[in-house]
Amino acid sequence: MTKVEYTPREFKVVGTRPLRPDGIDKVTGRARYGADISAPGMLVGMVLRSPHAHARIKSIDTSAAEALPGVKAVVTRADFTHQPEDNATADILDNCMAGEKVLYDGHAVAAVAATSRNAAIAAVAAIKVDYDVLPHVMDVDDAMKLGAPVLLKGRKQETVPAEMSDNVLTRNQYGHGDPEEGFKQADLIIERTFKTAATHQGYIEPHACLATLGADGQGDMWVCTQGHYMVRNTCAAILGLDAGRLRVTASEIGGGFGGKTTVFLEPTALVLSRKSGRPVKMTMTRDEVFRASGPTASTSIDIKIGMTKDGKITAATGDYRYQNGAYEAMNGTLGAMTGFAPYDLEHVRTTGWDVVTNRPKAAAYRAPGAPMAAFAVESVIDELAGELGLDPIDVRLKNAAREGTRAAYGPTYPAIGLEATLEAAKAHPHWSAPLGKNQGRGVACGFWFNFGGDTCVSLMINPDGTVSLSEGNPDIGGSRASMSMMAAEELGVPMEQVRTIVADTASLGQNEVTDGSRVTFAVGLATIKAARHAIEIMKERAAMTWGIDVDAVEWVDGAAQPAGPNAGKFPPMSIGEIAAIAANTGGPIAGHHEVNAEGAGVSFGTHIADTEVDPETGAVKILRYTVFQDAGKAVHPSYVEGQFQGGAVQGIGWALNEEYVYGEDGRLQNPGFLDYRIPVASDLPMIDPVILEIPNPGHPYGVRGVGETGIVPPLATVANAVSRAAGIRLTSLPMSPPKVLAALKGG
Amino acid sequence: MSHIHVKTTINGDAVEFLCQADETLLDVLRDRLDLTGSKEGCASGDCGACSVTLDGRLVCSCLMLGAEAEGSKIETIEGMAEGETLHPLQQAFLDHAALQCGVCTPGFLIAAKALLEKNPDPSEEETRYWLAGNLCRCTGYDKIIRAVLAAAKNMRETA
Amino acid sequence: MVRLWGSLAEFAAGHHEVEVIATNLRELLDGLATAHPALKPQLERGVSVSIDGRIYNDTWATPINETSEVVLLSRLVGG
Repeated sequence: MTKVEYTPREFKVVGTRPLRPDGIDKVTGRARYGADISAPGMLVGMVLRSPHAHARIKSIDTSAAEALPGVKAVVTRADFTHQPEDNATADILDNCMAGEKVLYDGHAVAAVAATSRNAAIAAVAAIKVDYDVLPHVMDVDDAMKLGAPVLLKGRKQETVPAEMSDNVLTRNQYGHGDPEEGFKQADLIIERTFKTAATHQGYIEPHACLATLGADGQGDMWVCTQGHYMVRNTCAAILGLDAGRLRVTASEIGGGFGGKTTVFLEPTALVLSRKSGRPVKMTMTRDEVFRASGPTASTSIDIKIGMTKDGKITAATGDYRYQNGAYEAMNGTLGAMTGFAPYDLEHVRTTGWDVVTNRPKAAAYRAPGAPMAAFAVESVIDELAGELGLDPIDVRLKNAAREGTRAAYGPTYPAIGLEATLEAAKAHPHWSAPLGKNQGRGVACGFWFNFGGDTCVSLMINPDGTVSLSEGNPDIGGSRASMSMMAAEELGVPMEQVRTIVADTASLGQNEVTDGSRVTFAVGLATIKAARHAIEIMKERAAMTWGIDVDAVEWVDGAAQPAGPNAGKFPPMSIGEIAAIAANTGGPIAGHHEVNAEGAGVSFGTHIADTEVDPETGAVKILRYTVFQDAGKAVHPSYVEGQFQGGAVQGIGWALNEEYVYGEDGRLQNPGFLDYRIPVASDLPMIDPVILEIPNPGHPYGVRGVGETGIVPPLATVANAVSRAAGIRLTSLPMSPPKVLAALKGG
Repeated sequence: MSHIHVKTTINGDAVEFLCQADETLLDVLRDRLDLTGSKEGCASGDCGACSVTLDGRLVCSCLMLGAEAEGSKIETIEGMAEGETLHPLQQAFLDHAALQCGVCTPGFLIAAKALLEKNPDPSEEETRYWLAGNLCRCTGYDKIIRAVLAAAKNMRETA
Repeated sequence: MVRLWGSLAEFAAGHHEVEVIATNLRELLDGLATAHPALKPQLERGVSVSIDGRIYNDTWATPINETSEVVLLSRLVGG
């Protein structure tokens, strides 16, 4: 019933590795990122942030700040006069500028715009805020108890039991069958609790924007973001502006990973600009990025799995408790849906809880909610395999979901690539390579949904026959190259003849954010269809020129030609030749496509890691790492490999080093790259990527999203490797040296 | 706060600027000289995105005051290519897809160039340790290391 | 026939599977709200729908036929 888009074919451009079109700008420093722009008369914007984790704001006195030299505007929540209509937008506004309460250390309370950075610093310091400090709660399990300090009343959904704290906002349960019956059939049942600390996406470029907003509601913004349409729409909704009068241009972006799929500074920058009558540039310091942008959830997860002695899972349950910072989010729900997704289970039940605490508002982090759930589930499966003396890959193959399996979260799977990744892993030399002393090998699987969403593409044929492609998704991984490749493939021209740009919000219709691994799938689909549209027009022009029917014209190798000898003896007309007479044959030639792309294919990955644990220090070294993941069709294999490698290394950092450390006072103790330790080059070996291609029926070339799945297996892969190397099961992330040492000593 | 008048050489050109005592060299490069190729990732010397060389020595420009540039030779990413000819390292980064978002790339290129000037034939391990002061969040470093080693080999063979 | 996720069944009189007459996604969502008004808060917050294994978010005209497998999911987001 659902239309099959995919047709198998021989590719000429897709699947090759051309140089990226934005490459020279990026290796010479010419490319302009969020903070790399200025405007005449520009002011520096700066935020005053709460030093308390939880407090009521009694009063704010900005008079001294306003009187300082060079200070052109000071704003507080009182300057945001429009009331957003829905909870989600109201939450974003409250996060950008606190209202009655501050809810975390770093929560924005006021902002200034001044003629220099030093003037702004002085102004921020001169704002007097009177706080009534309240007790705070930081841990997810603590926040769920009745009697825990409550952040906000009245946001608990109807699915949450009344006897739980108001901090518990959602409860969702999934599954099928009867786990209690299933456990009775097991030869071995393992039940464990896992905890993971909050982490940050760690993009190297801090948030930055340059905003101009006039009293007439017309505005311009330059911003590093994963979604400039989202920025426009959200700012318009918060400030009560017409979206069409706010033009947002996406700069080059220095990393996002989900952390730039929302707004933090942007509404404030617009309000400061309107109030001062001048452009305002705002950038976050690294300290502010950690304290006040969007880290991921910390979790507390219970998993129980029963298995027969020959490795068949008879029942599985999971309770996934996630805290999302101070506002509502879905990470626990997503964790509960994804943890058991790789398996064919007769009896399964999972419950996801989303809870608020006095921490910054969580944003998405590459497959939000899934890595922690996979860590817990894959660790228990590994422990069961170990106890039963079974090969961990064979156990997964024995229980693997395949086409026709009913997923743990509900739907029945179409053709999927999980078994292919497991078989590839098993056959790979890494799986059978010898290991030395204090070394261990871990394997784990992961799953992610992938998305489509609103997409617009315009494809213009220029008078000289070159092609200009206009799309609306910020390029975070090389997507402009992939779009040029797909357009070139479809048109039958060299990739160099196509130039792709990311258009501003005034130039194209709505585009969903660059997230959900959607761009190569959805923007690629729209690009291909826009190209086909342009081809139809060019065929008509050729037909008109030859005086034959358009049905008698075909498009081959970048040119229109008569479709067979009966159509007439005309030499082919290339794009360039058709473009040269466009004005004579009807006017400029352009194809376009607008779609809410649905039907993205799910993807699976399997990772193998070898680790060595130092018994004296508890330090873990990654010796070898291999990623196996299904890409459907790799448009540009180097960029697909890059996604696998990048996701794996973020996962390695999450597993071994990275965590948010809060003091007793609820203040973040490590808001910098020295003490929030992401992996560096000397921590790692090469990361070997193995691309599998099981075509996605929903895309003309079979493309599946690849960006997110790569971060789902590594937490468990590394935990399994470390547990086997150390001879002891580790259940708390990160597995930093003091914790590994304590576990080795029997703590 | 009154301004300090500084005379220095940047990418081979004589440059003069005014700055306040508390401005870092990174602030000066980006905000006064419009040389935005060096990036601020942390302003505390932990990420290497602001890397430049100072009289041939690799430094974080965020850890140095603008005024300290007086009388020195500074090299930034903007000076790495010669006209339209890319440096072999820049070309290698493109050939090996050693960048995704590209924001850390200027810092890595400056750091890698400094490495190869000191040690034209580094091992993988030496390269990884030299570059440990440059953070990348997108690539996992694999293709960056391959690009640097390939460029090193290329430069040795054409020297 | 629509399959509801576990905790939603509580708002459909305990049924994990409910019958709705619908030829497309819009009719399905409207039909669910009419037959089981207690589901309205969740439907208003947003759901994703899996039809024969593929996930759909908003396209009202998405066709559904009698033999389609239809599963309601929490509204999915990515990053």
